[in-house]
Amino acid sequence: MTRRLAVNPIACTGHGICASMLPELIGLDEWGYPIMPDHPVPDDLTPLARRTVRLCPTLALRLESADRR
Amino acid sequence: MTSTISSDWQDIAERLGSANRLTAGWRDADRPAILRVHAGRYGPMPALPRRADWLIGAVTEAGLTGRGGAGFPTGRKLRAVAEQRGEPVVVANGMESEPASGKDKALLARAPHLVLDGVVLAAAAVGASTAHLCLPRGRNRLIADLRHAVGERAHAGIDPVAIEVHELPHGYVASSETAVVNWLNGGDAKPTATPPRPYQKGVGKRPTLISNVETFAHVALIARFGPGWFRRAGAGGATGSMLVTIAGAVRAPGVYEVEAGTQIGLALDRGGLHGQARSVLVGGYFGSWHEIGQVGTLPLASGPLKSVGAAPGAGVLYALPPDACGVAETARVLGWLAGESANQCGPCMFGLPAIADDFAQLASGRPRGNLYDRLHRRLDVVSGRGACAHPDGAVRLARSALSAFAADVRAHASGRLCGPARRGRGDGPALPLPPSFGGSGRDSWR
Repeated sequence: MTRRLAVNPIACTGHGICASMLPELIGLDEWGYPIMPDHPVPDDLTPLARRTVRLCPTLALRLESADRR
Repeated sequence: MTSTISSDWQDIAERLGSANRLTAGWRDADRPAILRVHAGRYGPMPALPRRADWLIGAVTEAGLTGRGGAGFPTGRKLRAVAEQRGEPVVVANGMESEPASGKDKALLARAPHLVLDGVVLAAAAVGASTAHLCLPRGRNRLIADLRHAVGERAHAGIDPVAIEVHELPHGYVASSETAVVNWLNGGDAKPTATPPRPYQKGVGKRPTLISNVETFAHVALIARFGPGWFRRAGAGGATGSMLVTIAGAVRAPGVYEVEAGTQIGLALDRGGLHGQARSVLVGGYFGSWHEIGQVGTLPLASGPLKSVGAAPGAGVLYALPPDACGVAETARVLGWLAGESANQCGPCMFGLPAIADDFAQLASGRPRGNLYDRLHRRLDVVSGRGACAHPDGAVRLARSALSAFAADVRAHASGRLCGPARRGRGDGPALPLPPSFGGSGRDSWR
């Protein structure tokens, strides 16, 4: 099942942990806020993406099924 | 009951024509039509059973789209709300936080019962027994007039729906639908993250129909005169009439009713366009700048305007005065929009001031560093990353200015100001900007 990373921009306070955990998929803008990939999470990165979601200090990051957007 | 329109209604429908519908009888009025005058003008409100599916069908068939800015098909919205579980709530959005727009205020102040009819009919259609009318705090006369109108209806006992009038903080983003819902739920008038959208879970966690006040007024007309009549007006794929606010370099600025899809040039001519005006802001401050020569013959309708990156938005057409600098005017508006951020989302909180600052450098003809690259990177990165569309609107405005005023932008970027910027403007800045809401502390978000 394809999954997509999404961030709740209100909850996000720009800790940047997601970008350091998952630089393959998440970048930071010049103010330190994460930029989500516009493509689904590849299967081999899904376990790491799950861990990253759990580590977000403000619980702003989600992994959602790719069909809802 | 829709299929047989009584002869009285038919006479009225004929008289209303194609662009004299919402504004029938009040173009020059300076006070609201009382219930009796309203009923004489439009005929009695059709009686409606609860969960009246025919009205949803009629609104869908009419092709009505929301008149608040987003232009979503109203029939689909009604259907989506009606199909949710639980009793829905209806919210009429009269916040009109767009500084260049005056149409909602004009409509509410002259024909309050047309809006309230639509609210009551839409509520009946989706099965709601409560409706909320949201107005900007501080507009005391408008609020008093609408409270009076609601009182008239209660006294006459004509409505199966209770209407509550509310006064919300009047910030730019406070009028967005999730902000209004959040305020009605006891929170700040700040946008919330979606999903859930209001139609799924809104006021009191119930499915919520929230639409612009003008949209409800059209619903009131469709319920009386039917979708066929509604569609007799309209062009360019848009149906019905619409209110527009014509301002700037025109002889008679104000609110006009035109057929939806009227050519932009013809709409501007309703206000008497200044012959020297070359640029027009279409939609509002979340809209876009264009050369009048390029969009003058395009219909004010979402389909045809998409090709030039524009949308009818809230129906604002602002012709830039020929002695004003489009770059400087845009810089002012961007600075104001930055100050209107609810400061909830990082890309909006930091990105909009950064973009506004880049534009201010451009306006002053003193760009620092590699301004073009920096500005374009910021415009690319900010768009689509807020909980609401506020950053997207600011980016759209900025991008359109870079393109519509391309020659002036190049001149400013190389340190040579354009003519109007060099000469300055005797009348001061052109585009109207209220005091900043977010930064001033003059009001709370609650």
